[in-house]
Amino acid sequence: MKKKNLNNGQNNSKSDLLEERPTNHSRRNLLKGAGLVGAAAVSAIATSHVIAADSASTNSNSKRIAPREALEALTAEEAETLAAICDCLIPSDEHGPGAREARAVHYIDKSLASHNNGSRHNYSVGLNAINEFASKTRGKSFPELPLDQQNSILLAVQTNKISGFIPNGSGFFNMLRSHTIDGTFCDPYYGGNQEFVGWDMLRYPGIRLGASEADVSAGASLPPNHQSAYDHSTYTKLADNSLLDTEGGDGYA
Amino acid sequence: MPKRLAKTDVVIVGMGAAGGVAALPLTNAGLKVIGLEAGGWLSPRDFAPDELRNGSRNWPQSVQKAASEAPTVRATSSDTAIQGGHPMMNAVGGTTMHYWAQSWRLNPWDFKVVSETKQRYGESRIPEDSTVEDWPFGYEELEPYYDKIEYTVGISGQAGNVQGKKNTAGNIFEGKRQREYPMKPLRSSPFTDLMGGAAQSLGWNPFQGPAAITTELFDGRPPCQYHGFCNKGGCHVKAKSSTAFTVIPKAVDTGNLDVVTFARVTQIITDDSGRVTGVDYIKGSETFFQPADVVLLASYAYENVRLLQLSKSRVFPNGLANNSGQVGQHYMTHHQGAPVTALFDRDLHNWYGLPAQGVAIDEWADDNFDHGDLDFIGGANLWVHTDRKPMSAAKMSTFGETRNWGSDWKAFIMKNADRTNSSYIQKTTLPYEGNYLDLDPVVKDPLGFPVTRITARYRDNEKRIAAFSQEKMEQWYLEAGAIKIVKYGLGNSMGATTHAYGGTRMGLNSETNVVDEWGFSHEVPNLGVLGASVMGSSGSRNPTLTVQALSWRTAEHLVNNWRSIVG
Repeated sequence: MKKKNLNNGQNNSKSDLLEERPTNHSRRNLLKGAGLVGAAAVSAIATSHVIAADSASTNSNSKRIAPREALEALTAEEAETLAAICDCLIPSDEHGPGAREARAVHYIDKSLASHNNGSRHNYSVGLNAINEFASKTRGKSFPELPLDQQNSILLAVQTNKISGFIPNGSGFFNMLRSHTIDGTFCDPYYGGNQEFVGWDMLRYPGIRLGASEADVSAGASLPPNHQSAYDHSTYTKLADNSLLDTEGGDGYA
Repeated sequence: MPKRLAKTDVVIVGMGAAGGVAALPLTNAGLKVIGLEAGGWLSPRDFAPDELRNGSRNWPQSVQKAASEAPTVRATSSDTAIQGGHPMMNAVGGTTMHYWAQSWRLNPWDFKVVSETKQRYGESRIPEDSTVEDWPFGYEELEPYYDKIEYTVGISGQAGNVQGKKNTAGNIFEGKRQREYPMKPLRSSPFTDLMGGAAQSLGWNPFQGPAAITTELFDGRPPCQYHGFCNKGGCHVKAKSSTAFTVIPKAVDTGNLDVVTFARVTQIITDDSGRVTGVDYIKGSETFFQPADVVLLASYAYENVRLLQLSKSRVFPNGLANNSGQVGQHYMTHHQGAPVTALFDRDLHNWYGLPAQGVAIDEWADDNFDHGDLDFIGGANLWVHTDRKPMSAAKMSTFGETRNWGSDWKAFIMKNADRTNSSYIQKTTLPYEGNYLDLDPVVKDPLGFPVTRITARYRDNEKRIAAFSQEKMEQWYLEAGAIKIVKYGLGNSMGATTHAYGGTRMGLNSETNVVDEWGFSHEVPNLGVLGASVMGSSGSRNPTLTVQALSWRTAEHLVNNWRSIVG
C-alpha cells in the first residue's frame, strides 16, 4: 500500500469539509472486506465495487461530495466554523498537510455522536459564540475572515478574552484543540487521520503487532506501514478463527 | 426477597488482581469457591492496538460498575466533594487486564517505617499528624509469597539480591530473595540504554524494573511482542500476566471455582452472632443471596470500604467490622504526580515502547539514602519508560518554544514527536489524621447507594519528597543530554487512583486496624479482606505484587485454619 500523493495542502479553500477525495485507503478496505469472505468467494458484486471505486478515484481531480456521508452531530454551519478553526489549529502549510487533509472535522462530528457526546452542547454554544464575536467585531462570520483575523480571535478565546463559552474560553479552546489532535492523529478507523497524514507528519511508522529490536533501532527510518488496527481482522466483527491463518498480519492470533 | 442460592465454602467478591490469586490456593485445597465479578470475560480479540480506544474512549472501562460509582473527592472536611473518574475496570482479571504490569516487591523499610525511622533519626522525624504504624510482620514473612506469585503468575525481571548476593544489574536495595526471577527482564532499548548510561555516570545504579509480562515462553503463553499498547489496553498475545490468563483459569480447571460474571454485590450479610453468612448480589434484574462459610472481600480499596460501610446490621450499626471506627481510616494514594518532562535533541526511538520497559533508580527511595540533614522521611523511585503514541506525542509540552497551535507548533511537534520523555516518580505517602474514606451524603450510584467520598490531601512530607525527587530526575535527564526540562506542579488532594491504600488496614492492634496479621477482620472471624486496602504503608513502587502476595498468604491461612475460622 503506497501513500497517496497529497497535493491539497496548497488549497486554501475553507469550505471543503463536506467533500471527500475517494482514497486508496477506502479502496483497500473494500479489497480487505472482499478477502474476509474467503479468497475463493470474492463475488462479482465485490469486484464491481472495487472497479467502481477505482475509477472514481482515477477520475477525480475535481472533488465531489462523498455519497452517504451525513453530518452526525453538527449543523452544517457549525461544521464550517469548526473546519475553519481546525485549519488554524493544525494548518495545511509549507510543512505539509494538516487537520483538513486528516479530516479532523469529520472525526469530531462522528465523535460528538458517540464517545464525545457529552460535549455536543458545548460545541453548539462555543462555535456560536465565536461566530457572534466575529460578526459583531469584524462584520463577517468566522469562516469568512482572513487567516490572521481568525488566529487573533482564537487567541482571544484561548486567553479568556471572550465570554460565552462552557466552562470558559480557555476550557472550550483546550477541548477543541484536544479533539482536533485526536482527529488528526487517531487510528483512521474513526474517520480522522485520513491517508495516515497525521502519523506521517510525526514520522510514526505505524501500528505493528510486534516490533523487533531492529525495528526499534530503525526508529523514524522504519518505513511506515499505513495500517489501521482494524486492518487486522482479529479485531473486527468479521473475524473468524478459521480464517485468521490466511489473513496477513495476524501471526499472533 | 433475594433468591437464596446453595451454600458454598468461600465467596470472593471481585475476580481481579487479588481475588483471582486467592482463588487458586483455595480451590487447590478442595474448597468450593464462588467468584462474583461485576464485569465479564474478555479475550485478546478485545485488545486492539488503538490509542484512541484505550485512552479517550476508555474502552473497555466505559459503562462499567466502577465508572458508575466513582468516588467524590475533597481535600479537607470543609470542602465540597466533587465526583471524578474511576481508573479501575471491571472484568474477570480486573485491572490486571489493562495495567502497566510493573510488579515490584516492597523494600524491607516499607514494612517498618516507624521503628526504622525512630532508630535511625529519632521519633521526632515521624510527622506528628501521621497515623503510620509498622506492619505486623517484616519483609521476610512475605518473601515466600512474593516468590510464589512471581513463579505462578509469571513475572520477568532482574534480581538484585539473591540470598544476600548483590547484583548491580538489578535493584541492590531490594530485600533478600530466595532465587532469581523466572524470566529475564524486558529487553532494553536505545532510550533505556541512554538513560542507564547517564545514571551510571552519576554513580547511580540503574536497572530494568520487574513486570508481569512474559519475556520467553512461559506456562503456555508467548513472550512479549513489544507492540506497546499495554497502557489501558490488554495484551493481544496474553503476554501480560493478568490473573484472567493465569491463576483464574487454573482455579477454574480444578472444578472448584465458579465465576459468576456481571454480579454486583450490594451487601454483606451478618447474623446475630456477628459472623458473616454470605452476600447479596444483583445479576440482571434479580437479587440473589449467596450463602458462604467465609467471605473474602477483594473489590479494590474504594469498593472494599464502601461495601463494609454499606453493610450495616444490628451487631454492626456503623458498618461491618467497624465497631472500632477504623473502616475508611488510614487512606492514602501514591503521590504519582509532579512529573518531570525532558526534551532531547535527537529521536529517542520510543514508538514501540511500553510503560513497563524502562529504567529504575532506587537510590532516592525509601530509606536508601541518609535523611539526617533532610526534612522528610521516605523517598521516590525514579522511573523512565518507553511508551510513546502519536496522539499523546502531539499533546506534548512545547517547552515554552511556541504557543500550542498553529504553524510554528506544527513544525515543533513534527520535529520533536519522538524527542520528549516524561518520568514516572512514585513517592512514599504516609497515612494521616483527617485523610479518610466515608459514604458521600449526597452522591449516589444508579442503584441509589451512596458512593465513596475521599477526604484526603498530601502533607509537607509528601510535598518535600516531590520537590527533592524532581531535582534528582532533572539531574538524570540533563546527564542524558536533555536540552529542556519542565517540572509539573506537586498537587494537593488525593483523588481516585490505581494506587489506593488503607481503609481496612492490617495490624495487631484492633483499635487502630480493621484486619489482623492474616487479613481477617478483628471483629468478624470469617470475613477476610484482600487488596491494598489492608496495606499500612505505600512504599514507593507499584502495589500489585504485594497485594497478590498478601492474597495468597491470606488464602493459605484460611486453608490451614479452616476449622477454627469457620467455627
